[in-house]
Amino acid sequence: MPFSEETLTRLKADAAEITARYPRARSALLPLLYLVQAEEGYVSDEGMAFCAEVLGITQTEVRGVASFYTMYKHEPAAEYQVGVCINTTCAIMGGDQIWSELAEHLGGDPDNDGHHDIKSPDGKVAIERVECNAACDYAPVVMVNWEFFDNQTPQTAKKLVDDLRAGEHVTPTRGPSRLCTWKQASRILAGFGDGQAAEGPSAGPASLVGLKLAKERGWQAPPAQEAQSS
Amino acid sequence: MTDTLTPVLTANWDQPDSFTLAGYSRTGGYKALPKALAMEPDDVIAAVKASVLRGRGGAGFPTGMKWSFIPQNDGKPHYLTVNADESEPGTCKDVPLMMANPHVLIEGIIITCYAIRASHAFIYVRGEVLHAIRRLHLAVAEAYEAGYLGKDILGSGFNLELVVHAGAGAYICGEETALLTSLEGYRGLPRNRPPFPAVEGLYASPTVINNVESIASVPSIIGNGADWFSGLGTEKSNGYGIFSLSGHVKTPGQYEAPLGITLRELIDLAGGMLRPGHEIKFWTPGGSSTPLLTREHLDVPLDFEGVGAAGSMLGTRALQIFDDTTCVLRAALRWTEFYQHESCGKCTPCREGSYWMVRTIERLEAGTGTEEDLETILDVGDNIIGRAFCALGDAVPVPISSAIKYFRDEIIQHQKNGGCPFDPAASTAWAV
Repeated sequence: MPFSEETLTRLKADAAEITARYPRARSALLPLLYLVQAEEGYVSDEGMAFCAEVLGITQTEVRGVASFYTMYKHEPAAEYQVGVCINTTCAIMGGDQIWSELAEHLGGDPDNDGHHDIKSPDGKVAIERVECNAACDYAPVVMVNWEFFDNQTPQTAKKLVDDLRAGEHVTPTRGPSRLCTWKQASRILAGFGDGQAAEGPSAGPASLVGLKLAKERGWQAPPAQEAQSS
Repeated sequence: MTDTLTPVLTANWDQPDSFTLAGYSRTGGYKALPKALAMEPDDVIAAVKASVLRGRGGAGFPTGMKWSFIPQNDGKPHYLTVNADESEPGTCKDVPLMMANPHVLIEGIIITCYAIRASHAFIYVRGEVLHAIRRLHLAVAEAYEAGYLGKDILGSGFNLELVVHAGAGAYICGEETALLTSLEGYRGLPRNRPPFPAVEGLYASPTVINNVESIASVPSIIGNGADWFSGLGTEKSNGYGIFSLSGHVKTPGQYEAPLGITLRELIDLAGGMLRPGHEIKFWTPGGSSTPLLTREHLDVPLDFEGVGAAGSMLGTRALQIFDDTTCVLRAALRWTEFYQHESCGKCTPCREGSYWMVRTIERLEAGTGTEEDLETILDVGDNIIGRAFCALGDAVPVPISSAIKYFRDEIIQHQKNGGCPFDPAASTAWAV
C-alpha cells in the first residue's frame, strides 16, 4: 500500500537525518531500508521505491542490496521474530532440540530446512534458524527481535513463545526491561534510539567469570610504572 | 611474574554504570586521550608500533604498522572503520565489550583517528545485537556532549565525527573489503587487493580497518606506555587479550589474560569440564575458521606462534570446547553449512565448493558415504584454498579437513555403522 502523505513527510524528515550522517549519501541505504522496515514490518516495494527516490538510484539497485542481507524481511514479519541459534556450539549444547521442539509446538515441521520462518497461527510469533550471534558463552541462545535470551532449554523457549503470544511482559536476559516490537527494533537499527540503553545489566554472568575470579585471587594487570622499569 | 588473569578491558564490567561516561571516567577512562592529543600523531603511531599490538580480529597483523601505511599529506580524507561485525562462530568478546564498556572503544577511536589524521570514523556493528547498538548510541552521544567528539576536541584543534552503522546480517561483511563495500551502501562483496584499503579503502580514500578489541587496547598502550603492553604476553605475541570459553566447560565465559596462557590453565580456571567422566575431545583455538585441535594440544601456548606451530591459528581466541559425547562430523557439517549459507557467491570455488562439500559431509554423517568421499573432500578443499576471492573461501575446508586429520577412524566408523554412533541428547547442556 502506498504511504500516506503524512507518513511520507515523516519518513522524508527521518531519511534526511540518516543521509546527513554520511560523507556520501549512498552509504545511507542500509539504515534507510531499516527505516522503511520499521514502518511496515518488512521491506515492501513501496519501501524500496522510497529508498530509491531518496538516494536517486533505481529500484532495482535497492532490491539488489535488500535481497543480499538476511535482516531485511520481504514479507510481513511477525511482531516477535524468534531466532534459535543453530550454529555448532549452540546446536550441540541443545539448540537443535530447542528448534525441533519449538517448531512442533507451533505446529510446524521440525525438519523445516530453515529457509522459511514458521509462524504461529495468530501471526504474532515466528521462529527462524539463526547463525552464531556472538553469545556462545551463554549457549544455547535464543534471540527475540535481536535481544538476547541466554541459556535456554526447550521448556524455557516454549514458555517464552507462549508468553509472547499471550502478550505477557517478557524481559531479555541482557537487554532492556521490556522487549520492543519488531518494528521498533528496526527503527533502532536505522539509528534512532528508544531511550532504553541504560536498562539491563552492564554485563551478564558469563561475561564476568574471569573478572570475578581475578578479584577473588587478587590478580590484576601490572601497574604502568612497574612494567616500564623492568 | 605477571598474574594469570589481567583484566584491563573487562576490569570495570562489574560496575552497574560501566557503560556510561561517568562510570568509565571513574575507573580511569579518558585519561589517555589528553596524553595522546599532546603528542605528535606520528609519535602515537610509533608508540602503538613499539607495543607490537597485533590485530585482535583474527589475522594478527601489527596494528601500528597498518596505521603507518596510510599515506600522509595526500590531500585525501582518511577514514577509520571499526570492524564490530563479530560473527565468526565461537567469537563472543566484542559484543559484551561494546555492551559493558563502549567508551574504551570510543577513546581508542579518537586516539587512532588523531594518529592517522582521520576526521570521520565508523563503527560497523553487526545488526543482530540490539542492546550493544543502544549502548554504542548512548556512549557516542555522551562523548559528543563531553567534547570528546565533534569540533576542536579538548581544545586541540582536532575534529572527529563518529557514526554507528548497523550491518544487516551477512558474515561476509566481517571481511574488511566486503565491509567497506557494504558501508558504501552496496551488497557486501569483497574486493580484489591491491589496492589495499590503506591506499584505496572507503570512498577510494585511505582507510584503516581494525577490530573492536584492537582499537579498545589503544588507550591502555598510550596511558601505560608501550613497554607496559609489550612486557605482557610472550616474546612475539605481546599484550593481553580476551579468551572466550564456550561449550562443555563448567563456567564458560570471558577470561582476560596475557597471550600465551594455555587451554589447560583456562579449563582449570573455568572449573573443569562440564560433566564428570567426560574428557575434552576437540576444540577451536579461535573460531570455526581455525583448524580443530585435540586433547594433545592442551599445553600449547595460546599465542600467534604457539598455535601456529600446532597447525592451527590463534584467530579470535574463541575457544569452543567439545567433550567426548560430541560427534566431530556433526560439528564440522554444521560449520560447513554455515560457510555455504554465508558465501557471498562472488567467486566459484567458494560458492560451488561449499555447496558440494556440504552434500558430501551430509552423506558421511548419515553413514552412506565411502572412504573415497574423504579424499574427494580433501581434494575439493585444496581447490578452494588460495583460489577463492577472500578468506571466507579459505575457511570453508578448515573444519572438515582438520576433523579428517584427527578423527578419520570415527568418520569411517559412521560408514561401517550405517549411521552416526553418537546420541545428540547426550551433548546438551542439560544432559547428565
